[in-house]
Amino acid sequence: MKCTEFLVELTDYLDGNIASTVRVELEEHLQWCHDCEVVLNTTKQTIEIYRNNQLYELPENLRSRLHAAIMTRCKNSKPVKKPSR
Amino acid sequence: MEAIQKSAEGVTDEMALVLAAKKGDLEAFSQLVTRYDRNIFRIAQHITHNEEDAQDVVQEAFLKAYTNLAQFQGNSKFYTWLVRIAVNEALMKLRRRRSDKTVSIDEDVETEDGSMPREVADWSPNPEQLYGQSELGDILKKTIQGLPPGFRTVFVLRDVEGLSTEETAEMLQLSVPAVKSRLLRARLQLRERLAKYFKSKRGGDGQK
Repeated sequence: MKCTEFLVELTDYLDGNIASTVRVELEEHLQWCHDCEVVLNTTKQTIEIYRNNQLYELPENLRSRLHAAIMTRCKNSKPVKKPSR
Repeated sequence: MEAIQKSAEGVTDEMALVLAAKKGDLEAFSQLVTRYDRNIFRIAQHITHNEEDAQDVVQEAFLKAYTNLAQFQGNSKFYTWLVRIAVNEALMKLRRRRSDKTVSIDEDVETEDGSMPREVADWSPNPEQLYGQSELGDILKKTIQGLPPGFRTVFVLRDVEGLSTEETAEMLQLSVPAVKSRLLRARLQLRERLAKYFKSKRGGDGQK
């Protein structure tokens, strides 16, 4: 397996969504290719960092204001009865 | 991260709320807003990078969902349908802010691929601890903002919100292979950009 082939499978490998035969080939490649091992590990870390650090939480006071505004607008709106297309 | 109800019971409960809202029950719709407003806000912020726009997107998306509930057939989950509306609203906002009128989920297909790894140095053992919380937040925001909108939207739905590839494809009206290809490139580009902040300084140019 070449590094480019490894990269193509990287997302499925990280998601655990891969055929066992391909997994074996990938893991074999990782045994001798340090660069791909680093890419794999740091890509995993990239995903974890974004997952662990929610960047845009909705503050409660803003949340209440938005909620009130949405419900007022819904109350004053007319539901569309039929599909427009 | 609050989890989206995924149990069979949660889905049934959600359908009951949707059916009641379809008949004009505002209280039922209000519960749907409470269930998903944080997620919609996060997704909108990630796409627009503008809090005011994100607030508008939240309002417009829920209002559109409410007024078009008759069109929601229940073939997909309500949340999937709602996110699709919100993503479209957010992309419209982005288009208005940028002089570039071509912002769309498909725009990146033909672009030059910047995803080939160049930076292959190991990262520090605890990269998140290299920076204070607010500095780390700024780095993560700046980095994800640098991705094309189509890439970052897929990354946010799949990796930040934790949705499946199939759900993401349905939300963005893309094929499953298209979602996978964008996700791979988004992950690799983010990795490459974060490397300059997180790579291990041992033996490198960080000495002295």
